[in-house]
Amino acid sequence: MNGVHDLGGTDGFGPVEVEAHEPVFHSAWERVVFGLAAVLRVRRLTNTDAFRHAIERMDPVHYLSSPYYEHWLTALTTILVEKGIVTQMELEARVGGAVPLSHPVHAASGTPPAPSASTPRFARGDTVIVRNLQPFGHTRCPRYVRGKRGVITRVDGRFRLPDVAAHSAEECDQFTYGVRFDARELWGDAADPAAAVSVDLWESYLEAG
Amino acid sequence: MSAHDDDHHHPAPLSPVEVRVRALEELLTEKGLIQEGFIDAVVSAYEKDIGPMNGARVVARAWVDPAYKARLLADGTAAIAELGFGGPEGEHIVVVENTPAVHNVVVCTLCSCYPWPVLGLPPNWYKSPPYRARIVREPRVLLREMGVDLPENVEIRVWDSSAEIRYMVLPERPAGIDGKSEAELAALVTRDAMIGTARL
Repeated sequence: MNGVHDLGGTDGFGPVEVEAHEPVFHSAWERVVFGLAAVLRVRRLTNTDAFRHAIERMDPVHYLSSPYYEHWLTALTTILVEKGIVTQMELEARVGGAVPLSHPVHAASGTPPAPSASTPRFARGDTVIVRNLQPFGHTRCPRYVRGKRGVITRVDGRFRLPDVAAHSAEECDQFTYGVRFDARELWGDAADPAAAVSVDLWESYLEAG
Repeated sequence: MSAHDDDHHHPAPLSPVEVRVRALEELLTEKGLIQEGFIDAVVSAYEKDIGPMNGARVVARAWVDPAYKARLLADGTAAIAELGFGGPEGEHIVVVENTPAVHNVVVCTLCSCYPWPVLGLPPNWYKSPPYRARIVREPRVLLREMGVDLPENVEIRVWDSSAEIRYMVLPERPAGIDGKSEAELAALVTRDAMIGTARL
């Protein structure tokens, strides 16, 4: 989805605020949320892709105005309510007020991608173009590389395609590739001539370029 | 008991987010989904045992042992496992080497991917919108703001952890530290140097 989480290349955020001597967790509730996420994983109530997508489905204003572990809390709560493990009513009764959840999954669109063949389609050194895919569901293809030309620098293994794994139990494995993009390809002629960004992309995100 | 003592023992009221967390934990406990002690066991591992001190040992070993460094750059996951480190978010680690001509820096623009077994859990700034937005678009400017002033002729390679690979930077070995033990060298290595937002 073209969500607020897809931040690469967004302007206007100002400086990076670094906290000196930052603790691993800032408060007791953050520890509990980290632990609850592990509970859902070991109970197989979610997977990485569905969990990430539940964060991405947060209202954009809530996403940008809440601390990191509140993203996790909202996603965990959303997943548990969507699966019927807890009801929104029992939660709100206990909280004594509204409990913010993420927006529902958007209806699927387009043909679902197919698994890779047994051998990789691309090799190191190949030039590729990132397809202009615009799925409403989960994807790990950032907007800032779509339509851009890059070079394969690494062929990695076959991994489950997040676009499928976030939404169903269906198995769809594809090769992933390290793809290097010159900064000027991504950001125009005024960009740094001595900078490049490498992005790791699944096979169905790419076409020969 | 005096009013003064009474005040001392009033806990601060819970914030809205704390109320939500407590409600969720209670409900899941009542439904039998949380095994006693599970959350503390998971969390305390990341507070005590898993952190940048692990990555620092990897870096120090690579500085003193050229054969280890070669293995680390060829297969990061396997070389890191030689020192006993591995686990969630470290199943596929690629180590990228800084040199006088090339500077590497790691990000996850879509969420917060980070090599947990060697660096622990990421700091807030790494997960924050400004870092994720800007490091891919204006890396030299942002690195300068963060204290790394690179000459224009030093190539910058930004690694966006968008799939299964997790990245760690192998910083350059500082000059003038001959004769230090491997443990002393590890003590010089910082978390940010292994992300690429600092140099040693």
